[in-house]
Amino acid sequence: MAVLQMQKLTICAMKKDRKAVLELLQKMGTVECIPDLEGSEVFRRMDTTSQRMQFEKNFSLAEQALEVLDQYDPVKSSLFASLAGKELIEADDLSQVVAQVGAIMTKVRELLALQRKISDARSLIQKKEAAIEGLKPWAALDVPMKCQGTVHTALLYGTLGPEYTQAMIEGALRERLPEIKTVEAEILSADKDQVCLAVVCMKKDAAAVEEALRAEGFARRLSVSERTPAQRIAKRKEEIREIEKEISELESQIHAMAPMREDFRRVSDYFRIRSEKYRVLGDLIQSKQTFIISGYIMKRDAARTVDRLNSRFDLMAEVTEIPEDEDAPVQLANNGFSRNWEGILESYGLPHKGEIDPTFIMSLCYVFLFGLMLSDAAYGLIMAVACFIVLKKFPRMGEGMHKSLTMFMWCGVSTVFWGLMFGGFFGDMLKVVANVFFGVQNEATLAFLGGDWALWFVPLNDPMTMLMWSLLFGVIHLFLGLGLKGYSLLKEGKTMDALCDVGLWYLFLLGLLGLLLPSELFASIAGWQEVTFPAWVNPLSLAFIAVGGLGILFFSARDNKNFGLRIALGAYDIYGVTSWLSDVLSYSRLLALGLATGVIAQVVNSMGSMFGSSVVGAVLFIIIFIIGHSLNLAINLLGAYVHTNRLQYVEFFGKFYEGGGRPFDPFRENTKYVDIKEEKLS
Amino acid sequence: MTMGTFYALLGAAIAVMLAGAGSAMGVGIAGQAAAGVMSEKPELFAKVLIMQLLPGTQGIYGLLVGFIALSQIGVIGGGAGEMSVATGLMYCAACLPIGLVGLISGVYQGKTSAASIGILAKKPDQFGKAMLFPAMVETYAILALLISVLSVTGIR
Repeated sequence: MAVLQMQKLTICAMKKDRKAVLELLQKMGTVECIPDLEGSEVFRRMDTTSQRMQFEKNFSLAEQALEVLDQYDPVKSSLFASLAGKELIEADDLSQVVAQVGAIMTKVRELLALQRKISDARSLIQKKEAAIEGLKPWAALDVPMKCQGTVHTALLYGTLGPEYTQAMIEGALRERLPEIKTVEAEILSADKDQVCLAVVCMKKDAAAVEEALRAEGFARRLSVSERTPAQRIAKRKEEIREIEKEISELESQIHAMAPMREDFRRVSDYFRIRSEKYRVLGDLIQSKQTFIISGYIMKRDAARTVDRLNSRFDLMAEVTEIPEDEDAPVQLANNGFSRNWEGILESYGLPHKGEIDPTFIMSLCYVFLFGLMLSDAAYGLIMAVACFIVLKKFPRMGEGMHKSLTMFMWCGVSTVFWGLMFGGFFGDMLKVVANVFFGVQNEATLAFLGGDWALWFVPLNDPMTMLMWSLLFGVIHLFLGLGLKGYSLLKEGKTMDALCDVGLWYLFLLGLLGLLLPSELFASIAGWQEVTFPAWVNPLSLAFIAVGGLGILFFSARDNKNFGLRIALGAYDIYGVTSWLSDVLSYSRLLALGLATGVIAQVVNSMGSMFGSSVVGAVLFIIIFIIGHSLNLAINLLGAYVHTNRLQYVEFFGKFYEGGGRPFDPFRENTKYVDIKEEKLS
Repeated sequence: MTMGTFYALLGAAIAVMLAGAGSAMGVGIAGQAAAGVMSEKPELFAKVLIMQLLPGTQGIYGLLVGFIALSQIGVIGGGAGEMSVATGLMYCAACLPIGLVGLISGVYQGKTSAASIGILAKKPDQFGKAMLFPAMVETYAILALLISVLSVTGIR
């Protein structure tokens, strides 16, 4: 439970060692470089933008090539492939790739060129197909379209509106050109858009015929092709076949490059690492012979890093404390259990400067509340076992994923615990199965199986009790939060603040609780027997309220000089007790979500058992059971996750935690596909 | 069956219908936003799906109250006896909070989820905080659920 102490490392080294020093730092990954070092007359910065652009272009080319490979030569990847994590390789493996980086990049470009050729060919095919579509209506024409007729006759081709029939066309021609007898129109094809026709007439009449047809909406079609439309279609089809052959040729070339996949990945990572190195290179300042690099380092790494630097190079490395006003990055360190909740904390915000790291306490509360909300032993068991198996099966999965799964595994364990406490095992599955399939009729046995085996009590039968316990857990959680505020104030040495802002509130709230619990009002709400406390509790509570309330009234705005204003602000602070009320009531969701899991599980069970105890009934029961409980588990898992987070973020953190720290992001080998084994220390 | 039983059934139906309708609308609204984000950033699928599901709980709360009411009335599990009109109306009243609040909070939680999905589209790392905004709306559905459950189980 701590924020690791950061220090500042400044290195001044010879320029000839520049590359080697940076590479060592990158390999160790312990230093976050500060980008805004101020330059001077002697020390200048180097502009590395163009090199970085080059590297970035290279790795994005490699990425594109990988995408193409995935497209043409997909690797069968299971659902869990993303859990497998990065491959671990020897440093030598990477240097082998680096030795032939030029050759690999050539291959990358070749691959991309192949891909371009394929897409060009594809668009060519599309063009040809469009041409075929355009020719199809004319396929019945058995002369080339270039043919305009014979010595004495003229041939016209063209289209009319879709409504024309042979008879209509002939009728229209007769009507418009009664004097011309020698004209013949033939419909070649008709579809819903147009009618294609060929018209033969004497050459001298051609102009008149065309004129007459145009009046009907005739659009003449001209072409210079010397082949018949059918021939042209056949030729284009032949061409398409050839292009397709070419494409499959190209594709097989791409397939042949599939074994390069690993190399492409490594090259991509190599350029990523170099690009990162040049980013830092651009940040440091250099004179003619030397350069200076400065950055944050965790205290626990400082000595080791400096030793390694000194053992290899002639340089000056200095570790100093970080000045008060500087905003250092934050790195958390927790025990093996609690560190799995760092992700939850991080998504709210890391502790800002001087703030405590609440991960440890939060992790305990989280497990406790999560289990309460899901509270079904079977669901918890499924969660815990599933997470455990995945964790064992994929030991190299990404760190964030590993943490989340471990967290859910522990939450599953807690869910088992609360499930046993509250008598939930797939809801009331035991009772339903015993009743329907084994014919158990005994009321007492059924009641026992239906949840009475619970180690504590069954919330569904006794929701009021559960509500009271939920609120009590809420009060404890909130008091813990207030306690942490006191702890951090004391740690900063602000005793007065701890006393006024925390101590007085404890007194005040405890006093209120002491008065409320034994009251008749509370007993009637809770449906309990009146709680009787010993006689001294009542006066003590009153004293607590008096001291706490007056204390808050006078001291909560103690920095304010104006006495009237100070009292007014104090009174307003006392009004803040209403926010405590709403915070506590918010924990009623523990009851609501717990009930939701149990009741829906019951709905599933009773739906499944509707078909009786026959074989078919049993099969249907199993099907409904599996589907229903998977859905219920999924939706309630989500609910428990969201609302546990909410209780931590809003109610708990609201009491003491702000966040806003910047995560520590060291200069390291920022690879995507492989992890490189650390070299053995020489 | 008496009028009393009818009113009690009506109550259960109201709880399931209104809360379910609220969730359907809410999940629908959030789903449209989620689909939009997916078209640009498919890698956010898991996150936006969770966001889309957040307004789905109201329907479940409605179902929960409806189910408890049905088993109390005796429609499930048998033993549906005579019920006075007054008792029936009490069940009906007890089901109203989760029905109404479920409907309205479902729709608004859906809108808030859609907005939070917008946050994710631009800042995927802010998942934890983005999830809080819709969860805030849900509080009131939970409060209504609480009263409905306590009322339904309290009627004898």
